[in-house]
Amino acid sequence: MSYLTEGRRKGIRSWILSTDHKRIGVLYLVSMVSLFFIAVLIGVLMRIEQLTIETPMFEPQTYNAFFTVHGVIMIFMFVLPGLPAVFGNFFLPIMIGAKDVSFPRLNLLSWYFFIAGTGLVVASLFTGAGPPDTGWTFYAPFSLTSGTNVSLGVFGAFVLGFSSILTGLNFITTIHRLRAPGMKWHRMPLFAWSLYGTAWIQVLATPIIGITLLLVIAERLFGIGVFDPAKGGDPLLYQHLFWIYSHPAVYIMILPAMGAITEIIPTFARKTIFGYKAIAYSSLAIAFLGSLVWGHHMFTSGMSEKANLVFSLLTFIVAVPSAIKVFNWTATLYKGSIEVRPPMLYALTFVFLFAIGGLTGLMQGALAVNVQLHDTYFIVGHFHYVMFGGTGMGFFAALLYWFPKMFGKTYNEKIAVFAWVPIFIGFNMLYFAMLVLGYMGMPRRYFTHLPQYRTGHIIASIGGFILAVGLVMFFANLVVALKRGRKAEQNPWGGVTLEWKIPTPPPLENFSIIPRIDDRPYRFNPEGS
Amino acid sequence: MPIIPQASSAAGRVDSVFLFIFVLCAVFLVLLTAALIYFVIKYNRKRHPRAVDIEGNKWVETVWTIVPTILFLMMFVYGWTDFRYMREVPREAMVIEVTGRQWAWSFKYPNGKQSTELILAVDKPVKLVLRSADVIHGFFIPAFRIKEDVVPGKENYTWFSPTQLGSFDIECTVICGVSHANMLGKAVVVPVDEFKEWYFGDETVPTPGRTIPTLPPEIAAHPAVNVLNQRFCLTCHSFDGSPLVGPSFKGIYATTQTVLDSKGNAREIVVDDDYLVRAIQDPAADILKGYPPSMPKTSLSEDELAQVVDFIKNLK
Ligand code: HEC
Ligand SMILES: [Cu+2]
Repeated sequence: MSYLTEGRRKGIRSWILSTDHKRIGVLYLVSMVSLFFIAVLIGVLMRIEQLTIETPMFEPQTYNAFFTVHGVIMIFMFVLPGLPAVFGNFFLPIMIGAKDVSFPRLNLLSWYFFIAGTGLVVASLFTGAGPPDTGWTFYAPFSLTSGTNVSLGVFGAFVLGFSSILTGLNFITTIHRLRAPGMKWHRMPLFAWSLYGTAWIQVLATPIIGITLLLVIAERLFGIGVFDPAKGGDPLLYQHLFWIYSHPAVYIMILPAMGAITEIIPTFARKTIFGYKAIAYSSLAIAFLGSLVWGHHMFTSGMSEKANLVFSLLTFIVAVPSAIKVFNWTATLYKGSIEVRPPMLYALTFVFLFAIGGLTGLMQGALAVNVQLHDTYFIVGHFHYVMFGGTGMGFFAALLYWFPKMFGKTYNEKIAVFAWVPIFIGFNMLYFAMLVLGYMGMPRRYFTHLPQYRTGHIIASIGGFILAVGLVMFFANLVVALKRGRKAEQNPWGGVTLEWKIPTPPPLENFSIIPRIDDRPYRFNPEGS
Repeated sequence: MPIIPQASSAAGRVDSVFLFIFVLCAVFLVLLTAALIYFVIKYNRKRHPRAVDIEGNKWVETVWTIVPTILFLMMFVYGWTDFRYMREVPREAMVIEVTGRQWAWSFKYPNGKQSTELILAVDKPVKLVLRSADVIHGFFIPAFRIKEDVVPGKENYTWFSPTQLGSFDIECTVICGVSHANMLGKAVVVPVDEFKEWYFGDETVPTPGRTIPTLPPEIAAHPAVNVLNQRFCLTCHSFDGSPLVGPSFKGIYATTQTVLDSKGNAREIVVDDDYLVRAIQDPAADILKGYPPSMPKTSLSEDELAQVVDFIKNLK
């Protein structure tokens, strides 16, 4: 008996009406991965457009809709719900020894908000004067005057925010109230710590974007002039409000991925994490400091020089806890007993790609250099290294790590490694080319490009196609495993956190007896398990 | 970085900060990658079946907190110093007013001379005062390493001193509508004498916007031409039948066209006086099929409106 077979309801209703945290995690997984592939497809179409600029495949207006929709889906519907919605929902209660989250019904409601928001955004594509064309940042006053269906799209993003808030609220209360007896704060697995830091940002920052997006809608519908300079409003106020949320949101996206990596590396090195407390508290430090650096998106906006100074300084300071985490992961490998199976391969790739993402971030954080790099392909390359190389790769690693536990099936490990090759090569061709193009001055959000950027664009496009092939292989392997995979063992990787101590797939209520915790996590048996 | 020219006083500085950070980062990345690979090989489970549990090490952890902090602060200071240079305009700089509008740049010099190209004298500092006529744009000259947003309702600035002769691309970096990618321009750097000749030359001052093509005299004399040019209609509409961002005005009168209303429903209309007035006064109401909904609202006076309608009517 497992959560996949037990329960009162049958068929599809047993899923969409379920309040079981595990089923909700799976609901999120399926919806998010589907949306991810739509956005990947749009990404491929954009790379085709850049290859065919002499006889363009798509109209400029279509291209503008492409990058807007690609961004909105990837940010708001994939990386932002990201690991918390899928693996947080599924594993947080199990890892801290609880039977469910604190508010299971709110948890289901959060998924409905997610679906409703998604539906609204999709509706904005096919109704009114066509899909939004402002980029996912919806900068005023262009977002106020654009004739496209911005209001509906923005409203969709607003609704998606509720999904995020409810998830955060649930995780905070769950971690505070439902830890198993004996599980002190410093006995919690680090994935739970990262979710905790994330949840606070979700709860505190999301309302800001909510109200900001509502103001955009009110301004479009009723002409109030908060952001419109023609009416005495301030367009920079929009940017401040947008980034006060959206920069911390970057940490909503990356922290849980770091958390998952922190689970995977000890398991495959068969030794405890190096510097448990440093990692736990650096999650909180990142969450806190990350809320104070939003201005680094606005160094060329004409903000005061003092503000530029302070935001640049804080940006360099927030890099410190991130660097510490990278050192801790590396040190965990030292004198371990390492086995590089697929989850570990993707976790190590995360460390490498995230490092590039972080280092390119330092370049942009330096004010003088930011002037050249801002709003170019360098930024696009940088945040794909962080969001895709980081969060995306973390998501893949987590999926490979927990897939057998979630579904009770094993996937083909050879194909998972094989798919890594095009993903890794394609990824670096695509985004490294973007970094170079950006330094040369290629602006973002251009449906075409000047001749001096031609070579870079060709390399990027080819890389993009290779990457897409790798992604299809990666997920096809898992889909096949669901159908035909061999039955998975209870503990295929030799993990020691609680999820590996219960049957595979987990039973409906996770634990028949709530365990007592009387030791720190990650205590491996050095002799091998 | 030789991948683009260093053509201004700011360029070398920006590149040196970049190089400083880049070298540190490259060294770090190489060390990190080497460590990852080395550990994975050296402590492979086959070779090293027994892991040694290490919970942490205060000394190591302190060092790897302090060293990066110091390096990061150095990067910050270096970036800040050169940024200050880029924000402090020398007194002798010539002030040029830059206007960005969907989708063209125009430049106005202290003597009132206007141009669609940024003509500059080599080694003479200029301060650009940036204004927008509509939405936010970004003023960027990659070869000069300067960029500043052009924000409506706000006056931003940037300055530099061009150091190389030649013609350099100006690009818009903030998404501003369908032709964002075509919002390009040229900064042309010429020797000082040549600049003076141009600056004080008495050739007719070109008005901003696209140059008006040579028109048959009976059309050129029409008062609407001036209105259309001054209101920037001609950045999007042509007289010769070729579509730009919007349809050409040539021969549209009395034709039947398909338009989409704000809900996206298609409808056939005949182009008559009423329709033209509506198309100009309330461009968002009906969108001509196949074109982006990007025409801005411009308030023309009754007279001007009548002239424009009359003009379009007679442009066969
Ligand atoms: C930013 C580009 C842009 C500018 C500037 C612009 N237009 Fe347009 N115009 C368009 C586009 C695009 C369309 C077609 C879509 C639509 O119907 O709104 C259009 C449509 C029209 C039409 C309807 C033509 C037809 O065949 O149905 C008229 C008339 C017109 N514009 C007049 C003007 C006048 C007069 C001005 C100056 C005051 C002007 N436009 C400025 C982009 C522009
Ligand atoms: Cu622009």
